[in-house]
Amino acid sequence: MSDENEKMRVGFTLNGEAIEAEIVPSERLLDTLRYTLGLTGSKEGCGEGECGACTVYLDGLPVNSCLVPTFQARGRRVETIESIPPESLGAMLASGATQCGACTPGVVMTACWLRRHPELLKSHTAREIMAGNLCRCTGYDGIIDGLRDAMSGKGAE
Amino acid sequence: MNRLEGLSKLTGRERYIDDLRVDGCLWGMTVRSPSPRGRLREVRFGKSIDWSKFVVVDHRDIPGPNEVYLIERDQPVLAAEYVRHVHEPVVLVAHESREMCRRAVAAVEVIVDDEPAALDFRLPPTPEQVQYGADNVMKRLKIEKGDVERSLASAAHVVEGVYETGAQEHVYIENQGMLAWVEDGVVIVKGSMQCPYYVLNALKHALGRDERGVRVIQSPTGGGFGGKEDYPSNLALHAALLAMKARRPVKIIYDRSEDMASTTKRHPSRVRHRTGFDRSGRMIAQDIDVLMDAGAYVTLSPVVLSRGIIHGAGPYSCENVRIVGRAVLTNAVPFGAFRGFGAPQTQFAVERHMDVCAKALGMDPIELRRINLIRDGQTTATGQVINDGTDRVAILDRAAEMIDLRGKRAEHESFNATHPHLRRGVGIVCIYHGAGFTGSGEVMLKSRLKVAGLADGRVEVLSSSTEMGQGTTTLFTKLAADRLGLEHADVLVPEPDTLRAPNSGPTVASRTAMVVGLLVERACDDLRAKVGLAESARGAAVKTALVAWHHAHPPVGAELFGEAEYVKPPGISWDQDNYKGDAYGTFAWAAYAAEVEIDLRTYATRVTDFVAVQEIGRVLHETMARGQIQGGVVQAIGWALMEECKWEKGAMKNCQLTNYIIPTSDDVPPIRVEFLENPYAHGAQGAKGIGELPMDGPGPAIVNAVAAALGVAPCEIPITPERLMEMCEVAHVG
Amino acid sequence: MLACEERRPTPIAGATDLLVHWPMNLAAKERDYLDLTRVDSLRPMQWTGDSLTLGALTTYWDVVRDERVGREFPLLVKAARQVGAVQIQSRGTWAGNIVNASPAADGVPVMMAYDAVVVLRSSAGEEEVRLDEFYLDYKKMRRRADQLVVAIRMPRRAHDVHIFEKVGARRAQAISKVGLAVVHSAAGWRVVAAAVAPTIRRCRTVEAMLERGDAVRSADDLTAALRKDVSAIDDIRSTKAYRERVLARLLYFGLKGRSECPSVM
Repeated sequence: MSDENEKMRVGFTLNGEAIEAEIVPSERLLDTLRYTLGLTGSKEGCGEGECGACTVYLDGLPVNSCLVPTFQARGRRVETIESIPPESLGAMLASGATQCGACTPGVVMTACWLRRHPELLKSHTAREIMAGNLCRCTGYDGIIDGLRDAMSGKGAE
Repeated sequence: MNRLEGLSKLTGRERYIDDLRVDGCLWGMTVRSPSPRGRLREVRFGKSIDWSKFVVVDHRDIPGPNEVYLIERDQPVLAAEYVRHVHEPVVLVAHESREMCRRAVAAVEVIVDDEPAALDFRLPPTPEQVQYGADNVMKRLKIEKGDVERSLASAAHVVEGVYETGAQEHVYIENQGMLAWVEDGVVIVKGSMQCPYYVLNALKHALGRDERGVRVIQSPTGGGFGGKEDYPSNLALHAALLAMKARRPVKIIYDRSEDMASTTKRHPSRVRHRTGFDRSGRMIAQDIDVLMDAGAYVTLSPVVLSRGIIHGAGPYSCENVRIVGRAVLTNAVPFGAFRGFGAPQTQFAVERHMDVCAKALGMDPIELRRINLIRDGQTTATGQVINDGTDRVAILDRAAEMIDLRGKRAEHESFNATHPHLRRGVGIVCIYHGAGFTGSGEVMLKSRLKVAGLADGRVEVLSSSTEMGQGTTTLFTKLAADRLGLEHADVLVPEPDTLRAPNSGPTVASRTAMVVGLLVERACDDLRAKVGLAESARGAAVKTALVAWHHAHPPVGAELFGEAEYVKPPGISWDQDNYKGDAYGTFAWAAYAAEVEIDLRTYATRVTDFVAVQEIGRVLHETMARGQIQGGVVQAIGWALMEECKWEKGAMKNCQLTNYIIPTSDDVPPIRVEFLENPYAHGAQGAKGIGELPMDGPGPAIVNAVAAALGVAPCEIPITPERLMEMCEVAHVG
Repeated sequence: MLACEERRPTPIAGATDLLVHWPMNLAAKERDYLDLTRVDSLRPMQWTGDSLTLGALTTYWDVVRDERVGREFPLLVKAARQVGAVQIQSRGTWAGNIVNASPAADGVPVMMAYDAVVVLRSSAGEEEVRLDEFYLDYKKMRRRADQLVVAIRMPRRAHDVHIFEKVGARRAQAISKVGLAVVHSAAGWRVVAAAVAPTIRRCRTVEAMLERGDAVRSADDLTAALRKDVSAIDDIRSTKAYRERVLARLLYFGLKGRSECPSVM
């Protein structure tokens, strides 16, 4: 899968729309999103599945898009930070969930997933769910507070 | 008021340098030294690559001096004849395909005739390892007050200790990245950086151009922490050299491993303390020796050492103090600026030492601090009289109260006596941090700032102070809006661009809100005066006057500026030669308390509660100020417990986030922050610096808590489980 | 496809190990891969009267969300929650954890403690290998190149001891420095150690001690037996001394005072 000239076409659902992309077989989903499709919201922080800045949903579950070969997205549902409505982020804005913003799209993706699945808080803490998103600015309190406020309906929703 | 660019960041719409699509852009990549020290014999370009398809740059392509312009000019842009550390840049390549660049870099072999490398800063170099002066020491500094030897000789108790701290990697989540292109003969560089004018000066110098031939634009910057203070100059030069040769735009984006391996880190340190006390526990003499590893080039080490020694004695009053500082060159990657700038290292030492002293004296460590904390009218080690009306004892008492020191101690005593393998403890420290540049630094910088009055009645703040997450854009907007009585929407803060923005100095040293913020206010005043308004004019009157001015000055595009330049606050004097006088215009003061739990099965330490109480003048923005403290505390928790650079031939071998471990949300407790306010007359709206302070306290607070829990005396961070296990074995703990 | 020796592809599922530092891994990009994620028959978990079978594509997250697994095989859930963050749990598979053959794997120790059997399939037919006999040496397995792991089967037993400990450099998202899984049932003691030998392995000397009821009065009383079972080393993540000592202490404090092993005091 090395030849740069050897391209393949992959179709999947991206943020609710069926799309098809021409990719190099060895491409990572993160690179396809960022450089082929121009969706630069997902960031590369480490390229090894540690920092979570590239978090997207694959069939509804959060994954590190730096660890997904794009061809595995074929026929699947991919959702990125670009699909998150800004008006749903008021509580996180007010709580100081973002500072430099580099980890933030990934943080928001995991946080929004938890908001869609509040039942997870019966078995997990918010801090455990968020542990796959490294942030170097906030010390995490701004994120956890914003998530809590959003889930309790507080803040400008 | 919410962070202005907050929603753009939360939704992923903020465009960082790697997010910009540029037509015809090439990727640039770097070939590096495999050796820590030696003569560069040959660079072999592998035959597997068709090199005619690449742009290749080496030191011969540099139009001006092959020097990165900073304090000294000892660091080459690209190694020419000699290498001084592993990963030192030697050759640059560029190609349309990033993948082809990777293959090309892998196909280049750099051959070095190795020479003996100096790799442990704590050991005196052998004659073969000497590369600078007689002993590789490239900077010596000394602070002296009173008669230390005589006081030590007369002291009732003398307590000694040696404290060490390790290197720390910044781990800004956005890696270093820079884009360069040439437009109408001007070399333009855009990228992730803290200090556009540092980059501009570096470009002017090595490219042999004047300021008309170069231009620097900051792109949204995904974290800096000092890591983007000096290094972006090197990267900007690399990108510019490739772009000039390619005659096309070139972007260099480091991946995480390259960034960790080849960019600066926090200086490792070793500090010795010898402290004399009288019978009542009053400190009568402090003899302190500070040694820092500068790495392979001078970079900012003299200044880091300077800030380190100035904070070396702690926030205490002592009449006899001697602090000697040395920074020694080694063949490690150059160490550079990192949040706190030397002060976290020396305050780790002094605050850990205070607990060691308390134990030796049989005193409560809180009481020992209370006795010795500096009172108004007393002087620091440099002889600076502190007279700001802040009650430092009250700060300490508040931290003790918030963590419930008395209750926790009793609770821990019974818990530790009964639990099979868990041990708990509390540690408290007192810290301080000088705000702004040291000594006459601000005077020499002569920072300037402009506020433009626009034809539609809005204003625009033009400065080189960068937004990297700490909130510059929001704060400047607030300050200008408050000053002129405008809506926030009437204030624009564009990205710093050296074409338009004057040099308001580097975005470092916790100086932006306090020092540059004051310039925002004064430039607003100047603007108001320029349009003939009285000082009391606000809001609509200002807007109307701006519109009217533009009407009266018809040439379309005429510019109206309010300007301000730094003015030294009255009564401040600093003797740089003797390190005497007012080291800083003011200090921020704090007391931090940590509660820890150690699992004696694994020797892992967990911080279970953390309290940060600080007096920072005035809080300009509650959420952002708290965020600065919480983020700094967690970064310092990482430094204290888990962040460890592992070295091999001076190169960081764990340069991946799987092996260099920073805290996750699940590793830290909520950080409880409280502010005490005592407005500073010479800061914007009474503000003092805040960003670096939280880096100073957590290390010693945590280690003091571990010592309290286990009865061992750790004197080195990070206090990894492996280190703690060795100490417990020696002490027969658990 | 695996039968074709010419250019035998590497089967992949969650790719969470393969794609680490992928851009710089020039050699890995030269190889061919067989994507299993489309083979739906490999996905489900199956319960029978006496066993639980994980499909080759069963992920950690599948297990975390399964209450029945949580009741009967609690260590699977415990290990899955510590293998990495949710973003890894959602992609990583149990079978992938086995064939990646890392000595620091998190899923393998608990499966081995539950007496897992690896089901291998090739064009020649199916073969079953006990997981505790699957590893020969560092990254060496009893799996022929043409065989694919299609399932992992574990017997359902009444266990009265369940211990899983993972020691990393931080609480979440870390590679194991020491790992330990212990269970006890009518089939006896199973003690499995991770990150202390070239492969995950059962500590049979220690298991025998527990079966015999040898008196254990401190962690040090386990050290000699553990040294026969494991061979820890110094590496980038920890030291031999730390690994040995912590393994003994986790085991000792985990068993101390339990009625199932009164000999550990």
